Amino acid sequence: MSILVNSGTRLLVQGITGKEGMFHTGQCREYGTNVVAGVTPGKGGQNVDGIPVYNTVKEAVIESTANASMIFVPPAFAADAIMEAADGGVELIVCITEGIPVVDMLRVKNYLQGRPTRLIGPNCPGIITPGECKIGIMPGAIHKPGGPIGVVSRSGTLTYEVVHQLTCLGIGQTTCIGIGGDPVNGTNFIDVLAAFEADSDTRGVVMVGEIGGSAEEEAAAYIKEKMSKPVVGFVAGLTAPPGRRMGHAGAIISGGSGTGQAKVKAMQENGLHVCENLGQIGEVSAKAFVAVI
Amino acid sequence: MKVHEYQAKELFTQYGIPVPAGKAAFTVEEAVEAAQDLNLPVVVKAQIHAGGRGKGGGVKLAYQKKEIEQYTRQILGMNLVTHQTGPEGKKVGRLLIEQGINIDRELYFSIVPDRASASVVIMASTEGGMDIEEVAAKTPEKIIKCFVNPLLGIQKYHLRELAFGLKIPNKAMKSFGSMVEGLYTLFMKKDCSLVEINPLVITAEEEIVAADAKLDVDSNALFRQKDIIAYRDTSEEDPLELKASEYDLNYINLDGNIGNIVNGAGLAMATMDIIQAAGAKPANFLDVGGGATSEQVEKALSLILEDENVKGVLINIFGGILRCDVFAKGIVQAAKQAGITVPVVVRMEGTNVEEGRRILDESGLSLQTAEDLADAAQKIAAIVA
Repeated sequence: MSILVNSGTRLLVQGITGKEGMFHTGQCREYGTNVVAGVTPGKGGQNVDGIPVYNTVKEAVIESTANASMIFVPPAFAADAIMEAADGGVELIVCITEGIPVVDMLRVKNYLQGRPTRLIGPNCPGIITPGECKIGIMPGAIHKPGGPIGVVSRSGTLTYEVVHQLTCLGIGQTTCIGIGGDPVNGTNFIDVLAAFEADSDTRGVVMVGEIGGSAEEEAAAYIKEKMSKPVVGFVAGLTAPPGRRMGHAGAIISGGSGTGQAKVKAMQENGLHVCENLGQIGEVSAKAFVAVI
Repeated sequence: MKVHEYQAKELFTQYGIPVPAGKAAFTVEEAVEAAQDLNLPVVVKAQIHAGGRGKGGGVKLAYQKKEIEQYTRQILGMNLVTHQTGPEGKKVGRLLIEQGINIDRELYFSIVPDRASASVVIMASTEGGMDIEEVAAKTPEKIIKCFVNPLLGIQKYHLRELAFGLKIPNKAMKSFGSMVEGLYTLFMKKDCSLVEINPLVITAEEEIVAADAKLDVDSNALFRQKDIIAYRDTSEEDPLELKASEYDLNYINLDGNIGNIVNGAGLAMATMDIIQAAGAKPANFLDVGGGATSEQVEKALSLILEDENVKGVLINIFGGILRCDVFAKGIVQAAKQAGITVPVVVRMEGTNVEEGRRILDESGLSLQTAEDLADAAQKIAAIVA
């Protein structure tokens, strides 16, 4: 088992004819993802390596019965693309695009309220159920199929680092999700944690946070209250100075809130197994999960 | 992106938010001339991208004509140190010469995006002129918060909640309402990440005036905010960061002794933490991006080596889509071009890592290869020991 994506996922790619979109569509396909359609306005009727391209998401969904979308549309048009996918009836949207204005994401998030669509990202590496389905830009080969650990993170390469260490120690993954580094995003830590808690094959979770906002604190409180499975926590940016945006738009300590120290403290107080040094996250996980794997 | 107070007030005027009469000045002559049209007292305000200017001596009230020139000479060119500038301070190159106003009450007013509720939150308080974080910590009940749904925009009841909460005098009700609406419109239209007025003044004549103005614009939205880009003041920026922005590198200059080059923001932050845990201090944050090219690595390396405090460099790359062998070739080329003057530790992991390490080993350059993060930390500790 896994969460959100599996071998039954039928993917469409918005922005499939762009350089990034085309490259990563190929990579996902090579990994085994069932890519059924692409959308690029004005390029309907063409195909990318045999994948039919449509002008609109609605058309693509009707023709291909796609149930998930991966978005590689440039930032200026990405919010529009997300709303088009939701209106087209796509159940899961994974938006890779980095640099979408916050005001656009505020509108998108409210637009999605009450709709049966889940958004992952934006500014994220995507989601992968190892051995079954990869939607995103993560290197597939570092993952180990079969579980039993779920991974959720605000980062990209940092997630790869964590997954790689788990795999090296023989710890496989059910599903790995990057929720993205933007201040306003679709799926949050708690959504993913709840899904992992409900998934019978996931027996433990690694949660990778970073400075900025209060999502880690809220997730830690949720874990204490609602989760029976062990969770390993890590926070990047303990040495980051306040007031500076550390690459990710969401990674900024403002007015004394969002510090790494406060997040680590919240994790410790709520019973997470906190790893303070990235180099040891594999070992800390192996120890924390010893009873469940 | 930050803009100056006088620039924010220009935008305020465009959106119908009342500000004191005033003009920006870059020289003493301009300042004196700008004051010609104003009545006494006149406020001379340093324009830097940091708060706390008053306490640092960067804001003076001139009651006599001769004081205008005197204060201008004092402030223009001074090194202004405030709690936000750091001990090195900031050199004042611009002034705002402004009409003094007759203050009755000082309020606080701001608009920011709220992550958790995905709304636009308007915050206001009767405790203006003070550090709002302190008010929030000590007397949170004195802060009024209105959450505005960005799809619906601001509603009349929001205006009532704010006006009655702030005890706005009857005479000023209407102008207060249009000020709030104007500010909200400005916030959305100009892609702001912060608009703050502290203090928002109610004058003795019961009029509303924005005595101060702070405005930050979302850097992600600059592609559609051409007039805001024109407000950029590069003299406010760190010279190395300015250079990095020309190279399209995500770089922040810090005051440590170990430079670092990393792909990905999260991994870059975690690498800084590792450097600190090893007993050294990170000299920078630098994310070359998930799909970095050898050219960018070369520029990153030469940029870091320009920082005189750097005693060593840690390159930490997780090769996924970007293969380690390709990256290693980039590093070798970069190191040859840039000329390495300090020890450089390279830690690589991911696709084709063996081939990548072989390329580094055979390059003839004095690069230290680290097996893993723990090994990298040890090698960094040895450099600063």
